[in-house]
Amino acid sequence: MRAWLTLVVLLVLLLHQDVWLWTNKSLVFGFLPIGLAYHIGYSFLAAATMALLVRFAWPHQLESLGSEKGSVQE
Amino acid sequence: MNPAIIVFIYLAIVLYIGVFAFRRSFSETGEEFFLAGRSLGPIVFLLSLFGTNMTAFAILGSSGMAYQRGIGVYGLMASSSGIVIPLTILLIGTRIWGLGKRFGHMTQVQYLRDRWECDGIGTFLFALTAAMLVPYILIAVMGGGQTLEAVSTVVGADGQARPWVSYEVGGAIVALVVMGYVFFGGMRGTAWVNTFQTLLFLLFGTMAFLLIARSLGGFDQVMERLAGSPRTAPLLSRERIPPQEFFSYMFIPLSAIMFPHISIMCLTARKVEHFKRTVIFYPLCIMLIWVPSVYLGVVAASQFPGLKPGEADDVIIRLLTANAGALLAGILGAGIMACVMASDSQIMALCTMFTQDIFVHYGGHQRFGDHAQVWTGRAFVVIITLIAYWVALALKDSASIFELAIRFAFSGFAALSPIMVAALFWKRSTKWGALAAAVWVLVTMLGSWYLFQISVPLAPRPGQPPVAIIPALGDLFLRTPGNVTVYGYLPVMPMCVGSALLMIVVSLLTRPPSKGTLERYFGRV
Repeated sequence: MRAWLTLVVLLVLLLHQDVWLWTNKSLVFGFLPIGLAYHIGYSFLAAATMALLVRFAWPHQLESLGSEKGSVQE
Repeated sequence: MNPAIIVFIYLAIVLYIGVFAFRRSFSETGEEFFLAGRSLGPIVFLLSLFGTNMTAFAILGSSGMAYQRGIGVYGLMASSSGIVIPLTILLIGTRIWGLGKRFGHMTQVQYLRDRWECDGIGTFLFALTAAMLVPYILIAVMGGGQTLEAVSTVVGADGQARPWVSYEVGGAIVALVVMGYVFFGGMRGTAWVNTFQTLLFLLFGTMAFLLIARSLGGFDQVMERLAGSPRTAPLLSRERIPPQEFFSYMFIPLSAIMFPHISIMCLTARKVEHFKRTVIFYPLCIMLIWVPSVYLGVVAASQFPGLKPGEADDVIIRLLTANAGALLAGILGAGIMACVMASDSQIMALCTMFTQDIFVHYGGHQRFGDHAQVWTGRAFVVIITLIAYWVALALKDSASIFELAIRFAFSGFAALSPIMVAALFWKRSTKWGALAAAVWVLVTMLGSWYLFQISVPLAPRPGQPPVAIIPALGDLFLRTPGNVTVYGYLPVMPMCVGSALLMIVVSLLTRPPSKGTLERYFGRV
């Protein structure tokens, strides 16, 4: 699972470099430049990726620390 | 009505929030003052962590940059941060939180000293990170004075424009208000004010966008006008941003988790589960602030053509003044104040670092107790604010130096991130590896600054090709209109790669920490 998630994150990071839109000036809905529209969509993709990581790569081992009052070990 | 009145109301509200936090504090312990008792709930944690990372640049600077370079600024700075920052918060922030809960650390240096059994290297890291934080505080006091002076300027009966509040008085008021709520409220007050400021950012961005859209009768015609002119059409694409620079910017958000104020803020969550919403909503919060700022910056190119780079920084103010009324100018002023006052968390972080990494580390806590620790922190807040105010007056015309320092500090903090990654995830890492990486960061940061300064006369105009700074070295160091590059890439990239390599190589060549320390942090070795 960890390998798959690493692959997904790398793919998402790669998708940030949308070289194919570099000089494209067309407008989406008549007012939104396509390069900006793509990166707005990318922001949603980033949120979805984080949701995926929270679901499948969450550090569960840390959860017990939150319930301990005064859990400091000197 | 003078718009400054609304700004004063805003300042009174944030001061009250700080005092209210003081009254709601559960105790006068160090953990309560410096970390809000590690008890922040999910909403305050998300909004304050996000607000801590938002500076005046998010609204003002980004629109000015979009005016010059186009819509690509959003991908360059915002959507890259939208993926990299939450990733680092999830992978590093949660671990720092866990270690803080287990061992009581309040700063990065406390953890690194313990993890690598080092004392002097910890002090070096403290000095390096503290020095990189100071320019933020200075810029905020200067920005406060300038904003209050600008917002309160009115035209008198004689037709002369005069400020109601001078730069000196404005700077003093802002410094006193920030000092007041940090002094009384500590981390809890700072987190609550940051939450309030983040809500104001979001409200301000949405309002500005809607008001300007209504005034212009929608954005369709503006965009068509921009697309129709050869001078402005490139703003609708990424033609004015070289691909190497766009790629390099992916490294800049690595700085976020290494900023002491962000790292310390990660320790304030009551439960690790509070990080869940933070990392999921972080990209969307960035989007809500940055999309209107970048879009309006491009729109301004149609309404106010021909502004020079320095003048373009206030395009969003120009747009609102031209398209909204006087009352809104006051609300705008309050919004800008919220931006420039983002220094509260840096002051709080510096105060926590000084108290924990110096006062407590060198025996002050044992000798004088918990109460003295809190009052040392408060005294430090007063002293640092007074010094910042004095510097803001003495070097009033040198703000550009500190702005430049902030730019280099971003790269410096980003290049320190391999140190934290190694400490958390690599048992074999050593204090000598960390020292080598930190020295590399310091040297390359100063080197980039030097190259930037000596190449100022060579800087090409926007749209012109870069110029070799040292012709004998070919394209190694190039000067673009606003940056120094290394083979076309921003210095942050080689800085990060070099820091990671030094961390690995020097660690492998030196002795790791004792078995006891490794077991403490990694379990059975």
